[in-house]
Amino acid sequence: MTEQTLQVEILRYRPETDQDPAFQTYTVPYRDDWVVLDALNHIKDNIDRTLSYRWSCHMAVCGSCGMMINGEPKLSCHAFLRDYYPNKVRVEPLANFPIERDLVAVTDDFMEKLESVKPYVIPQQERAVDEGPHLQTPAQLNAFKQYTMCINCLLCYAACPQYGLTPDFVGPAALALAHRYNLDTRDAGREQRQEIAASNEGVWDCTFVGECSQACPKSVDPAAAIQQTKIASTIDWYKALLNPWGKR
Amino acid sequence: MSRKPYLRKMPKSWWLARRSYTSYMARELSCVFIGAYSLLIVVGLHRLSQGRDEYGAFLDALQSPLSLVFHAAALVFALIHTVSWFSLAPKAMPLQIGEKKLSGGPVVLAHYAVWIVVSAGVLLVARI
Repeated sequence: MTEQTLQVEILRYRPETDQDPAFQTYTVPYRDDWVVLDALNHIKDNIDRTLSYRWSCHMAVCGSCGMMINGEPKLSCHAFLRDYYPNKVRVEPLANFPIERDLVAVTDDFMEKLESVKPYVIPQQERAVDEGPHLQTPAQLNAFKQYTMCINCLLCYAACPQYGLTPDFVGPAALALAHRYNLDTRDAGREQRQEIAASNEGVWDCTFVGECSQACPKSVDPAAAIQQTKIASTIDWYKALLNPWGKR
Repeated sequence: MSRKPYLRKMPKSWWLARRSYTSYMARELSCVFIGAYSLLIVVGLHRLSQGRDEYGAFLDALQSPLSLVFHAAALVFALIHTVSWFSLAPKAMPLQIGEKKLSGGPVVLAHYAVWIVVSAGVLLVARI
C-alpha cells in the first residue's frame, strides 16, 4: 500500500537572498495523530534543514509555535493534520508582525508593550518574608484567574485587524495582563498601568472586533478584559470630572 | 549577520478575508444608518415645530420609494446593531457570585427585556 501524504505550503523568507517571501511546497507523510508542528519537524529533519520556525514544548504551554495555518492564527502544536487532510495545509508566519526568517516573526514590539503595562504585582507596601504570604480567597482568585492563563503566544495580535492597521495599539494580550494585575487584590499598581492602558493607544484603540478571544488557545478572553478596562477608565474620567479635587 | 525584517502590508480587502471580519464591518457600518435615522427624526421634529402643513409635507416625503428603501435598510442595520452589541454585552459585564462565574446568558436576556419594556413604553406614550 502506498503511503498517504499531505502537501504543506510554507511561506519562506531568507533575508540574505530573498527580496520578498514566497511559498514553497513540501510533501510529508500523513499521520492522523500528527499536528502541523510534526510535519514541520519532519521537513526540517528529512527534507530541508534550512527551514526556520520557533517551537519548544509541543503541548500548547510555551506559546512559541504560533503561526497562520490556512489563514487562521493557531499554535502549530495544536492543529491536527487530520482536520485538513486530504487538502493541503498553508503555513505562514503570524500575521501583523514583521518576518525575521521563514516562519519566525519579529515580536520585539509586543515585548516592549508587555513591559510597558507592568505585568507583575506592585504591592502597596513591600512585605517582609516573616510577615507570611498574601492571603487571597478563592473568589478573589477567580476574579482574575482566566487572565493568568495567557502564554504570550501572540495569536490574539495576529487575529486583531486593529493591531494590523494601527501598529501603535498596545494590543490584546498586554491589555489583558494589565487587567489581570489590576483585578488582583494583592496589587496596588493600577494607577501606574492606567497611563498606558487608558491611553488612546491602549484600550481606546480597540474597536471590539472580538477575534482576539476567538483565537486564544487558552480561553483568556482579552476582548472582555479590554471592555472592562474601558468601563473602569470611563468611571475614572467621570469621577475626576465631578470631583476634580478628589483622589484619582 | 545583518537583519532585514520583512513587513507584509495588510490588504485593503482584509475585512473580506474572514466571515467574522465581515460581520464586524457590518456592525461598524450599522452606526451610519443609526446616525442617519436619528438625524431624520430630528428633521421631523423641526418640521413639526414649523406647523401642520410642513409636518404633513415631511410625512408625505417619507412615503417616497427612496425613503422606503432607506427605512428597510435602516431596520436591517438597526437589528444587526442591536443583536450584535447585545451578544457582546456579557464581555463588558462579567457576573461572579461568590467563587462562581456566571454565564453571560442573563446579561443578554436582561438587555432584551429592557429593550422590550422601553419599546412598549414608547408605543404607549405614542398612543396617548
